[in-house]
Amino acid sequence: MSRPQSASQTAGPYVHIGCTPSAAGLENMYGGNDLGADIFPPNTPGRKIVISGQVFDGAGDPVLDAMLEFWQAGATGRYRANGSAGGWARRAVDPETGSYRLETILPAATQDAAAHVKVWVVARGINLGLHTRMYFDDEPGEQDPLLLAMKQSSRRSTLIAKRSGDEGYIFDIHLQGDKETVFLNV
Amino acid sequence: MSARYPFNPQDLSLQPPALTADYRSSRLRAPSHKLLSLDQGPGELTGPTFGHDLIDPNDNNLILNYAAPGAAAIGEQIMVHGHLLDENARPVPQALLEFWQANAGGRYRHKKDGYLAPLDPNFGGCGRTLTDEQGYFSLRTVRPGPYPWPNGGNDWRPAHIHFSCFGQGWAQRLITQMYFEGDPHIPLCPIVQTIADPKAIDRLTARLDMAHTVPMAFRAFRFDIVLRGRGSTLFENKLEGN
Repeated sequence: MSRPQSASQTAGPYVHIGCTPSAAGLENMYGGNDLGADIFPPNTPGRKIVISGQVFDGAGDPVLDAMLEFWQAGATGRYRANGSAGGWARRAVDPETGSYRLETILPAATQDAAAHVKVWVVARGINLGLHTRMYFDDEPGEQDPLLLAMKQSSRRSTLIAKRSGDEGYIFDIHLQGDKETVFLNV
Repeated sequence: MSARYPFNPQDLSLQPPALTADYRSSRLRAPSHKLLSLDQGPGELTGPTFGHDLIDPNDNNLILNYAAPGAAAIGEQIMVHGHLLDENARPVPQALLEFWQANAGGRYRHKKDGYLAPLDPNFGGCGRTLTDEQGYFSLRTVRPGPYPWPNGGNDWRPAHIHFSCFGQGWAQRLITQMYFEGDPHIPLCPIVQTIADPKAIDRLTARLDMAHTVPMAFRAFRFDIVLRGRGSTLFENKLEGN
């Protein structure tokens, strides 16, 4: 017996009401606690890092209504499958600037991939949520299958967050255009 | 953690393409490159899970979950229920579903929605639940109103409820919308029509369910959601986890 999968529809401009209601201004919804506000519990072992960036459209303008989700392994290279605080987070981008900020710990490499954070992007105008990966420019990636596949491509750099200061990494996402991010069919 | 079977390849023919010119917002937000296919690893086969400690049993009641004590949202009283399944018709238990919608007049509680229909002080417009052990879910709400939206013409959204679905793995993540049987805006809506196959649109259309409609109380609508299924070839590497 089989059933065809449900088709996706855009998350629309009001996705924040459903997914980050406190950030969207719904006072005290769910006790004021948006799911995915913290990616790990405080004092989780690992190197603390801060990832930030912006989402841009094909005209180079910031996308002001996107929601991003992040899914990553911890410092031991394991996925914890615990959404309360186990490597998953979500952010509404800033409605004025399109920027986001995620305080996390550096993931370790897993058996199949170099250290990376999985990123999922939805917004008005995106019909099917977009998967990509964020690698780190000061972590080894030579053996990673995706980075190897992109070795000759000028677009490889769209997958790599750039170190900025002691803790910071910058990772921008371009939906379309010359700098278009590599998106994945996972 | 036991070994897991990978998910079937995503059947993109069932999904809307990225660029759908009649839906104007897609024009500058659609990637122009083809998606790059990638083998699934432990991070695609697992995903975040959510427990009952996080979800209040009343979170799925949009009529009451934002209302003042003793008050209720205004609108047609409905219940939406259904089954969360995968393509192999296996139930997906303990999965987080989140939903959001306009109020009965077609207005969202959102800074950027300035539609002339008034806000309902007792309606927030969001809810969430976990599917049960058999993959079933339900929510109570008011039927959302249709509303106009800027797309270059006289465009109106059919009444709809947005659904965000987590399955058992990151590769199953889905956001979609539920429509109501018989809505004349369904064939006119450029967002609905990003889906090429009328049968796929039909599967997003909830049916009036008189068997679960409670006399003198509320009407029921049935809406099933189908996520990607797992294949039959075991993922070959040993997975780590805890």
